[in-house]
Amino acid sequence: MITIERLQATAEELMRRAAIEIPEDYLTGLKTAAAAEDSDLSSFVLEAMLENYDAAKEDGRAMCGDTGCPRWYVKMGNEARVDGGPVALEAALRRATAKATSTVPLRPNRVHPLWRTDYDNNVGIGAPEIEYGFEPGGDWIDLTTVHKGGLFGTDYRMLFPSDGIQGIKRFFLDSLVAFGKRGLACQPAIIGIGLGGSKDACMVLGKRAACLRVVGDRNPDPKIAELEDEMKVLGNSIGMGAMGFVGKSMVIDCNIEIGFCHTGGMQMSVHAFCLSSRRAVARIYGDGRVEYRTNPEWFTDYQRRETVEWPQS
Amino acid sequence: MATELKKIRLSTSPTDEALAALQIGDIVYLDGVVYTAREGVYKRVIEDGVDLPLDLPMASAANFHCSPAATQHDDGSFILGAVTATASFRFSKWIGAWLAASGAKLIIGKGGMNPEDYRDHFVPHGAIYLTTVGYGTGALLGRGVKAVCELHWRRELGLAQAMWVIEVKNFGPFIVESDRHGNSLFERENAKIAANIEAAYNGTKPAVLKRFGETDDRQDELI
Ligand code: SF4
Repeated sequence: MITIERLQATAEELMRRAAIEIPEDYLTGLKTAAAAEDSDLSSFVLEAMLENYDAAKEDGRAMCGDTGCPRWYVKMGNEARVDGGPVALEAALRRATAKATSTVPLRPNRVHPLWRTDYDNNVGIGAPEIEYGFEPGGDWIDLTTVHKGGLFGTDYRMLFPSDGIQGIKRFFLDSLVAFGKRGLACQPAIIGIGLGGSKDACMVLGKRAACLRVVGDRNPDPKIAELEDEMKVLGNSIGMGAMGFVGKSMVIDCNIEIGFCHTGGMQMSVHAFCLSSRRAVARIYGDGRVEYRTNPEWFTDYQRRETVEWPQS
Repeated sequence: MATELKKIRLSTSPTDEALAALQIGDIVYLDGVVYTAREGVYKRVIEDGVDLPLDLPMASAANFHCSPAATQHDDGSFILGAVTATASFRFSKWIGAWLAASGAKLIIGKGGMNPEDYRDHFVPHGAIYLTTVGYGTGALLGRGVKAVCELHWRRELGLAQAMWVIEVKNFGPFIVESDRHGNSLFERENAKIAANIEAAYNGTKPAVLKRFGETDDRQDELI
């Protein structure tokens, strides 16, 4: 049984880590990009970012003043039980979000869309988002918080089978060019692409591809993995770097996730996880152990299962 | 390797000569006092006609488009962590009236504004635009904040939209995006990239289903 105290304390620590410590995979990706960059302005920006991550860690302050919209991904092993059940779990995550907002501190970003009501704690109607996944076996819960920033860099389009790969590439470029100008997307970014599903599922897939997969990770389908590589190269060939200055660092990595869709369509979404690619993960075991990491390991074989039954016979 | 960019220390109440010497692409660090003001403050002052809560531009000529990651304790003290600018183009409709009302000479934000805003408002008021870097350099900027001097309209506008008056030292880096003549660094860079963009699109094809208002001119800005 996982206690609610343990869960909330872990969630608070995750909020702090996400806001302050850039994940190692993104940092390595950015260092590689900085080493390859030869335009003076783009280089200056990337060097400043690297300095910024150090400053954040040293001072224990948020890496970006816009601390984004904190959200939660909860993945439960099939054997996991929470003291107080799912309602207590949700309350703990809302409490941790509010508390961390004043202790880190984070920017209270969340307001009512119409009345702009602001409780100064990043909690409100539908906020923070809490999404769930399940995994066979396992007496543990994986808690992931993502502090997604950026009002820019995301788009959706209904494509069709006849649009093909060339249509996908074009919409990908359209999104990068549109939001890359002036650096509105705060690139270089991890670009997540959702293909298929339905409109809402496609958005979710793309966002998870950007936020829940790490730099260097590849889709298990070799042809999709190849497309991920191609898209990364394509994005970096635009000639646009950080802040939309001349340069070659636009995409730190490109991750694609797919879902089966209507036979007539090919939905596509593009999401940019910015220079503050903030995520932090912890596995909480039934016996009280907690292990922290930065890779959400969300997309398992089970999450991508294609068959009716599980396990596969 | 990259060439060295020019680095400048600038007062938040800059002299005419100091402003005139700034060129697009210069790197700037600020000393003095800056205040935050964005849509909440603009609306209150310009549309609702509420008096400014401090003496501008006497107190500061530097307006930061920002909401800090900060908290005010019950005893009135503050913790201010990181500060990052927000995208400025959204404030276009107020900027002319604001420059007149506040006497601001430095507008600091994310991503710059439209060339028309520079021509019609910045140049006549002798104001320049500084963009933050990255844009995620919030921790570095946070280091340049020495003290929170005042917080205005916290109750009326909330923490994010309130007017934070902060004392800064070696606060930066910023990049000069628009100079006294209204030249724009982003415009210059966009023009350089334009030719290359077509090459990247080679072989791709337009979507079979079009959308309203769609442009295929990649030189267009969407802001
Ligand atoms: S998009 Fe990311 S890096 Fe840019 S301001 Fe927002 S949180 Fe910061």
